[in-house]
Amino acid sequence: MRHRARLALFSAGALALAVLLGWGVLGLPRFGHTHDTVGDVITAAVTGERHVSETVGAITFDYRGIDTMGEELILFVAVAAVAIVLRDEHEEPLDEGAGRTSLQTSETIRFIGLALLPCVVLLGLYIVSHGHVSPGGGFQGGVILASGALLLFLAGDFRTFHRTVSEPVGDPAEAVGMGGYLVIGLAGLAFGAAFLDNVLPFGSSGDIASGGVIPLLNLTVGLEVGAGIVLITIEYLETIVRVRQREVVP
Amino acid sequence: MSVLPYFVAAWLVLVGLYGIATSRNLIHLIACLSVVQSGTYVVLLAIGFRVGGTAPVFSDVAPGTPTVDPIVAALTLTDVVVGATVTALLLAIAVQTHKRTGTLDPDELRELAG
Amino acid sequence: MSDITALQALVLVLVAAGGTAVVLERDPLHQSMVAGGFGILLAVLFLVFNAPDVALSEIVVGAVILPSLVLVALTRTGKGKT
Repeated sequence: MRHRARLALFSAGALALAVLLGWGVLGLPRFGHTHDTVGDVITAAVTGERHVSETVGAITFDYRGIDTMGEELILFVAVAAVAIVLRDEHEEPLDEGAGRTSLQTSETIRFIGLALLPCVVLLGLYIVSHGHVSPGGGFQGGVILASGALLLFLAGDFRTFHRTVSEPVGDPAEAVGMGGYLVIGLAGLAFGAAFLDNVLPFGSSGDIASGGVIPLLNLTVGLEVGAGIVLITIEYLETIVRVRQREVVP
Repeated sequence: MSVLPYFVAAWLVLVGLYGIATSRNLIHLIACLSVVQSGTYVVLLAIGFRVGGTAPVFSDVAPGTPTVDPIVAALTLTDVVVGATVTALLLAIAVQTHKRTGTLDPDELRELAG
Repeated sequence: MSDITALQALVLVLVAAGGTAVVLERDPLHQSMVAGGFGILLAVLFLVFNAPDVALSEIVVGAVILPSLVLVALTRTGKGKT
């Protein structure tokens, strides 16, 4: 379809959508005054029932733990799909130093990157493990850990990155994260309760060892999200290195 | 004036759709898709907001103070991370398309057949 | 009489402008940087709406993961320049 015709069709559709959205928005309750009963019930009950101080973490991993399992599966399948889409038909071994330009990474960048790397990893581990006490959790902490691995690539070079966090490290980590969630859910069945029920003893609110199963689920999700994003990055970077490898060999 | 959050969310969705419909580069298209997604996050959080409510974390306030709705925050935070991973998959498909056909222009892709 | 504070209204208008800027920037390389800034603006909006978990997610995803993925994809599809 030609560009002008497409633009005209889009304008008509967008105008209709805008009118519909405007009419819908004007029928909503006043901003700040929606009275939702379920959210208020959970906020009132969470400190007493689950002994955690972070309501959002309790909802994600306890009250609606099965939704989080579905989201984790989406992430797992997306990582596998990236690996499939970016596969290389020629199964030659990867030459990690291929096509390196004469530009060396400057000493300043290398120093700052290596100095910041333990701070980033520590921050990621802190946010993963304190997900039920303060804002944070498995998802955010996992992404921070993955960005620590990315910092290793940016401050060093591909060879350092590939030697440290290669696929034999990342694949089992992601699988353990995903499987660990399912195993903890099945442990609920073993204890005689429902799937993904909170069956471990609750501590006192504000400690790390509180909330029963919630910190363990945080750890598995953090492991899986971090390993998943690192695997995606490895797949992308490998395609670039393979292109350079083929350009170097005449 | 207090419907401004919903209007901003609707504007983000519409402007992102305009970017998708008139894009000449697949990677630009994928970034516009992320703008549409952020419009939905704004809608969710605007619905959950309560006037006078604080964050739903009880480590420093006493349990029982009014907070904003925690359910929409739980929905949105997993949504953000999983949305980024699906964007990674879309970018991988765009990279493979460029490898097979040599172009990133959606208009030219339409004309290549077979 | 509205319940929306001036700070929230200001950040909302900035977010709308940022979204428009991301769409109107056609070059993907420049757009990735604008998208990183838009992610930080969104995180500020989520903070002003009293949702710190979502703000943390949006910061790490929108400012770190998304621009770096776009840059790697651009390197791979560059016109011969890697």
